[in-house]
Amino acid sequence: MTLNAHPELPEFDYIRPASLMEASQFLAEHAGEARPMLGGTDIFVRMRDGFWHEKYLVDVKHLDGSGDIRFDPVAGLTIGAGVNMNRVIASPQVQQHYPLLAEACRSVASYQLRTRATIVGNICNASPAGDTIGACLLLGGTLKVHGVTSFRQVPLPGFFLGPGSTVLQPGDIVTAIQFPPPPQPDSGMYIKLGRNQMSDLSIVGVTAYGFADRTTTSGYRFRVALASVAPVPLVVHAVEEYLAAHEISPEAFKQAGRLAQESCNPIDDVRGSARYRKAMVQRLTEKALQITWGQLQ
Amino acid sequence: MTTHRITLTINGEYEQVDVSSNMTLLQMLRDRLALTGTKNGCNAGECGACTVLLDGEPVNSCMVLAVECAGAQITTVEGLAHDGILDPIQQTIIEHGAVQCGFCTPGILLSARGLLNRNPNPSDEEIREALVGNLCRCTGYLRIIDAVKDAALRQQALLS
Repeated sequence: MTLNAHPELPEFDYIRPASLMEASQFLAEHAGEARPMLGGTDIFVRMRDGFWHEKYLVDVKHLDGSGDIRFDPVAGLTIGAGVNMNRVIASPQVQQHYPLLAEACRSVASYQLRTRATIVGNICNASPAGDTIGACLLLGGTLKVHGVTSFRQVPLPGFFLGPGSTVLQPGDIVTAIQFPPPPQPDSGMYIKLGRNQMSDLSIVGVTAYGFADRTTTSGYRFRVALASVAPVPLVVHAVEEYLAAHEISPEAFKQAGRLAQESCNPIDDVRGSARYRKAMVQRLTEKALQITWGQLQ
Repeated sequence: MTTHRITLTINGEYEQVDVSSNMTLLQMLRDRLALTGTKNGCNAGECGACTVLLDGEPVNSCMVLAVECAGAQITTVEGLAHDGILDPIQQTIIEHGAVQCGFCTPGILLSARGLLNRNPNPSDEEIREALVGNLCRCTGYLRIIDAVKDAALRQQALLS
């Protein structure tokens, strides 16, 4: 009998480049056998379980600006790729201006794991269950990506191609995520349905976000993102459109829940059945919107 | 596979260690430095038995590469007591009977020490949240939570 559920890490070489350019060039030259690494919390599990066989792990969390977290009332919030989730949660600027982001980070695993885990890592891992991705999508997150030739901005919508798959190319390193200044007042919440109240992966995750918007018929704009119910993190545009065009009411939120349910495409797996997930999407979307609405009043 | 020579401080002692790229902090502590108080439970960052402080913050040492710890300060359960005097959290864990098999205890001690360092007066909810990543299959947690609350009071008394 073995005591360990997971074996030790397979052999690889740890690379600590001195600059972003050196890192990008190394990753491009070793495409398919090298991977950028931040906290490593997903990489190590996948390597131990034999899903990934990287020859090189390239540590990029110490590179230029990766450890910074900055807020400017005009420019918004920038979180460096190497900033761990506990630092995001503890940031007074995040707590004041982006509490939804802090809430999403707090739902991830445990304190110990969040000392290592990063938002950018969570995004680049591209799990449909990523807890912070919904908040990042709804808050208008844009990734700052260092490639072999230059920096570029990559908006989060369109970033995810499938489970574990993104638009990033060999040599690309995400160095930060940027958020515009939030509208005031705004409100949001993340409901994570797991097998236990804390620390587990989500069976269903619902992020709701809302703010006053005079350009809409309803006077408000609400957005909803879903986790663990589609091949990629899902923004339900039908909900945003419906609640922009209809008077805000409990009935409208009920209809929004139905629209969210219709938009998702969950699978049966060890954490829950597709049927259960669909039912929960409807109920939790309605609930998240009601609470978000209540907080806006 | 590359070997790296790293220097770091463990429980206040300067150490120089040659580590392979794939060696975890947990393996280095247990297999190279004989600090076997840190336990290997799941090797996946889920059980918290391997929790140590890395530059003052709790981490799962199974989820940190040893080579990443170059220049770092590490505290393990062996470094909690000083001059034969137990850390308040060690003392209260004993007094509250919060140990049964003891396998999870070193990790819980370090998570609790990390909590009390950043929040000297935690609420029940904050204690529970701080210990979410430390699984215990014997005690039922209640005595552990009582012990952390008591340790916070004693720590405050010591500092006042």
